[in-house]
Amino acid sequence: MVGDLDRRLRRNAAQAAQADMQAAAQAGMRASARAGARADAISRGSSGRNSKKGRFSSWLFLAPSLVGVGLFFVLPFGLVIYYSLINNPVQHRFVGLHNFITTWNNNAFMLAAKNTLFFSAIAVPLAVVLSLWLAVIMESRIPMKSTFRTFFLSPMMVPIASTILVWQVLFDYNGLVNGWIGKLGIDKIDWLKSSYAPLVIIILFLWKNLGYNMILFMAGLSSVPQDQIEVARLESASEMQIFWKIKLRYLSSTIMFVIIMSLINSFKVFREIYLMTGDYPYDPLYMMQHFMNNTFQNLDYQKLSSAAIIMALFMVVVIGLLLMIEEHLGRDLEV
Amino acid sequence: MAEHLNANAVSPREENSSVSAVSPQEYNSVSAISYREEEQHYDTISTRKKRERRQTRRRTIIAIVYAFLFLMPTVLTFTNSFMTASEINANYGAIFASNNSGGKVFVSQTVNLKFIPDMVTFSQYATVLFKSPEYLIKFWNSVIYVVPIVIFQLFVASLASYGFARYRGKVKELIFFAYIILVLMPYQVTLVPNYLVSSGLGIVGTRWAIWLPGIFSPFAVYMLTKYMRRIPYSLYEAASIDGAGEWQIFSQICMPLCRGGLASIAILIFIDYWNMVEQPLILLDNEEMYPLSVFLSRINTGEISLAFAVAVIYMILPMLFFLYGEDYLVEGILYQGGIKE
Repeated sequence: MVGDLDRRLRRNAAQAAQADMQAAAQAGMRASARAGARADAISRGSSGRNSKKGRFSSWLFLAPSLVGVGLFFVLPFGLVIYYSLINNPVQHRFVGLHNFITTWNNNAFMLAAKNTLFFSAIAVPLAVVLSLWLAVIMESRIPMKSTFRTFFLSPMMVPIASTILVWQVLFDYNGLVNGWIGKLGIDKIDWLKSSYAPLVIIILFLWKNLGYNMILFMAGLSSVPQDQIEVARLESASEMQIFWKIKLRYLSSTIMFVIIMSLINSFKVFREIYLMTGDYPYDPLYMMQHFMNNTFQNLDYQKLSSAAIIMALFMVVVIGLLLMIEEHLGRDLEV
Repeated sequence: MAEHLNANAVSPREENSSVSAVSPQEYNSVSAISYREEEQHYDTISTRKKRERRQTRRRTIIAIVYAFLFLMPTVLTFTNSFMTASEINANYGAIFASNNSGGKVFVSQTVNLKFIPDMVTFSQYATVLFKSPEYLIKFWNSVIYVVPIVIFQLFVASLASYGFARYRGKVKELIFFAYIILVLMPYQVTLVPNYLVSSGLGIVGTRWAIWLPGIFSPFAVYMLTKYMRRIPYSLYEAASIDGAGEWQIFSQICMPLCRGGLASIAILIFIDYWNMVEQPLILLDNEEMYPLSVFLSRINTGEISLAFAVAVIYMILPMLFFLYGEDYLVEGILYQGGIKE
C-alpha cells in the first residue's frame, strides 16, 4: 500500500520534472521568437532611418498632442512644482520644503489622506478577490454566460447620478436597508453619518468596479496555458491546487494591473461621496478630493501644489513597487 | 489496494470510508494531502462528471445571486420612473420630501421597495421633457461637453498614436512613458495643473476649460498607440514602397484598421466624461453650466418624483452604447489591461 503510494509519488515527481523541462524548452523557444522580433525591430529602425522625411512627418503627427499635453499637463506641472517651493505667488521667495511640511501637518490633509488610504486599502483587495471569484465562476460551464457578462458589466455604464439616487434610497436613515434590519429587530443606523459610512461606499465601489476587473481576469484566465492544466489534471491535482499553483501564477501580471486600476478608480469614489454628502461629509468620508476642492475654493496655490506633488509621488512609488513585485513574480514565467 | 479497486465504482463518500479502514500507522505515514490526491486519482469518469455538474450548479446559483445584486439598482430606477408622482412620494417621501406633501398624500415612515408601479404612467417623462426645461438644459450641457471631447480626443490621439507607432525611437519611447504616467495619475494630481493653465489662459468658467484638457488627455493616445502597434509593420512599408505618402498611409491604411479600437476607446472616454464631477466643480463657477451628473444630486426635494425619470433619461445614451457596443467595451478594457504590452 505504502510502497505503491511511494512509487506513484516518485513517478509524479519525475513527470513534474519532465513537465518543467518542457516548459523551459517552450520558454526558450519563446525567447528566441522574441529575439527574432527584436531583430525585426532593428531592421524596422534602419528602414526608418532611411527615410528622414517619414521620420520627420511622424513628429508632425505627434505635434498636436505634444503641444496639448505639454500645455495642459506637463508645463503646468512644472509650475506646480515651482509653486510648492515658494512662499506665495506675489513674493516668489524660495522656502524649500516648508509648504510640504505645512500641508503635511494640516489636519484636513491628514484626515483626507488617512481616509483615502484606508478606503483604498480595504476596497482594492476586496475588489481583486471578488472579481477573481466572479471570473472563475464565469470560466466554468455555467449556462447563459454572455448574459451574465452583460449583467455584471452593466453597472459600469450606469451613470453616477442614477447610482447615487438608488444608494440614497437604500442607505438613507429611513431607507430600505434600515427597513429590512428593522424587521429583524435591529435599530436604525444612519449609514452615511456613522462609522459604517465607509462600508456603504465600499459596497458602491465594488458594485461599480467588479465587472471591469472581471473582464480582465477572464482574459487572464483564458491565457493560462491549457497544456499545463491538463498535465496537472492527469497528475491528479485537485482543482484547488490547479488554481493556486498554476492559474494564480500566470495571473500575476493581471492581478497587478487590476490592483493598479482599482487603486486609481478608488480615488474616483469621491464623485459618489460628494454627490451624496456634499462638500463636508461625515469625517470618515472626507477624501483627498474633498480637501483639494475646498482648497481650490480659497485658491491656496501652495497647499494645492504640495498636496498634488505628495499624491503624485505616492502614486509613482506605489505603481513602481507593484510593477517591481510583478517583475519578480513573473520572471520565471513566459506567457 | 483491493479496497480501492472496489471504491472505484462508488461515490467519493464511500471511498472515504475505505480510507478510514486503513490502519492508523499507515495513515500517519503519508500526508493527508497525498491521500486526497490518491482519492481523486481513483475517481472514475462518472464521479468526476457528477462533481463537475454539482459545481456548475453551485456556480450558476452564485452567478444568479450576483446578477440580482448587480441589476437591482438599475431595474429599480427604471421601473420606478413609470410611477405616478403621488406613488413615488408615498414610497420615498420618508427620504426626500421633508415638507412637500402638506398632509395630502400618505407618506410611509420607511421606504417601500416597489419594483412594479401601481399604475404605469409616462407622466414623469412628460413633465421632464416638456415642463421642466432645466433638466433638458443640463442634459444638453452633458452632451455639449462629452461629444466634442470624444471626437477630438480621438482625432488628436489618432494622429499622435500614428506618430508613436510608425517610427520608434528612444526619445519617443521616453515621451510615451511620460504619457503612461500621466494616464495613471488621479484627478487630484492633474486637476491642479489644468486649473493653473486654464486660469492663465483666462478660460476658467467657460466651456473651454472642460473641453481643452479633455481633448488633449493622454488617455486615448496611450490606448490607441498600443492598438496600432499590433498592426503588422509590413503593411505600412508595402504602402510606402507603392508610393503612398505618410498622410495616405495614415488615412487609407492605418485608420480603417483601427475602427474597432476607436470604438472601444470612444466608449471608455464617453463613460468617463459623462460622469465627470471633479472637473465642473473646480473649473466652472456657474452652476447653470454644470452637466447633469452634478446637477441631479441637487434635485429639489419637491421634484423627487422626477428624479427616477431624469435618471433613466440620463442612463439611456450609455445603455444604448453598451448594448450595441458591449464587445467593443470589453475589448477596450482589455487593451487598457495590457499595461506592459
